Amino acid sequence: MAMAALRREGRRFAPLISSRPVTAVRSSPFAPSHEDEGRIGFRYISTQIVRNRMKSVKNIQKITKAMKMVAASKLRAIQTKAENSRGLWQPFTALLGDLPSVDVKKSVVVTISSDKGLCGGINSTSVKISKGVHKLNSGPEKETKYVILGEKAKAQLIRDSKKDIELVIAELQKNPLNYTQVSVLADEILKNVEFDALRIVFNKFHSVVSFLPTVSTVLSPEIVEREAESGGKLGDLDNYEVEGGETKGEILQNLAEFQFSCVMFNAVLENACSEQGARMSAMDSSSRNAGDMLDRLTLTYNRTRQASITTELIEIISGASALEG
Amino acid sequence: MLRRAMGLLARPIAASGARSFSTDLPAAQTADAMFVEAWNKVIPNMDPPKTPLSFMQPRPATPSSIPSKLTVNFVLPYASELATREVDMVIVPATTGQMGVLPGHVATIAELKPGVLSVHEGNETTKYFVSSGFVFIHANSFADIIAVEAAPLNQIDANLVQKGLSEFTQKLSSATTDLEKAEAQIGIDVHSALNSALTG
Repeated sequence: MAMAALRREGRRFAPLISSRPVTAVRSSPFAPSHEDEGRIGFRYISTQIVRNRMKSVKNIQKITKAMKMVAASKLRAIQTKAENSRGLWQPFTALLGDLPSVDVKKSVVVTISSDKGLCGGINSTSVKISKGVHKLNSGPEKETKYVILGEKAKAQLIRDSKKDIELVIAELQKNPLNYTQVSVLADEILKNVEFDALRIVFNKFHSVVSFLPTVSTVLSPEIVEREAESGGKLGDLDNYEVEGGETKGEILQNLAEFQFSCVMFNAVLENACSEQGARMSAMDSSSRNAGDMLDRLTLTYNRTRQASITTELIEIISGASALEG
Repeated sequence: MLRRAMGLLARPIAASGARSFSTDLPAAQTADAMFVEAWNKVIPNMDPPKTPLSFMQPRPATPSSIPSKLTVNFVLPYASELATREVDMVIVPATTGQMGVLPGHVATIAELKPGVLSVHEGNETTKYFVSSGFVFIHANSFADIIAVEAAPLNQIDANLVQKGLSEFTQKLSSATTDLEKAEAQIGIDVHSALNSALTG
């Protein structure tokens, strides 16, 4: 130990001394030591540190691979449901058209996001689009409120739009998604929030690598009447005979509520699909990066190991040659 | 970064894929164009979000003569039972009674009550029991039937129907609040409709 300390001292003051005393104490490459100094004066990390890093990176790679598999299987399950529900909102759009640029006083932006993270950028995209829609619909005498589904959007929106948030709903996917649950949710929203137009922002699942942010608009019955009377897109709504009920208004009310629950159901399913798809690709690139990191660490480890063996050999040989002659 | 590269690569492919859906009618495109314009003015840095119109097949315009077949879309939350099927007639259980829909029917919006929906095509008839929903009949002989639950009649068990009916009748008699009464009444309506559907 003293010899090693002396050696270190000697190295500091006389970097050019080539011969050195043989020391019995030699730190082996596998001893848990602090940083060893190299012969020429550069520092290199002990192999133990590199090995610890390699172990943790390998574990991370295993975990992310497993998460990717889980996301892939969940995606398969929910994708069929989402595709089957795609027919649900089409009749409403065929009847009532789609008026995203309608001018209303009170709009409510329903942002659909996930509860869990590690799913790429889809939640940030949803929040950015919601903020954009909010900005689009702001003006004198107009107000826009948020209804948030999912923890991730809540975390982002609560920072700057806290006063505009009406309702936050979390843990949507605790039980498998079904229409009853979503219709109860839609009922809650309709009861508690006053609106002229509801704009639902979600990520539509286009394919495993592409998610298109979409905004669906559901108008309240009064606005539907107003637009129908003023002509334009909904002008031929008046041509439709309304059967049953006492007044046309009652039927339109039921229609608007039904439309909202159908559109919400589809939106929630599509967003869930997008979440799983985004998680798959995020975890995939994560495992790939971990693999790259592991390769680089392996090279560093081997170099470190070989350098310390070389140093040991040099010292032994120089010690032996010093003894001889 | 790799992910973004994948996304960038996918976007042109995805956009061209989406364009295959978005064969919009010119009128539809103006609404979208207004939205896109307004968006670009206020938020110039982001692409505008898509709207449902870009994902829908456009409907054909009203033909001048009455077509021979009625095109029916029968959708449920879990499946599209019938998608653009050409049939001769459908009979829907509207709240005002059974309504027959033939090609050239006047444009109508009707709410459905629990009952039997029958689809007639040629000589065959398929019957479904629907819980409730809406039916839209458009002027171009397209009928959209949206139901919350539907089951083919041969999958319904008569014994369970009887049991359910007696159960809900009992609930109605023992109901105290308005909500319970309303729920029990709905149960009775559905089960008696099921009953008459099975027998009638």
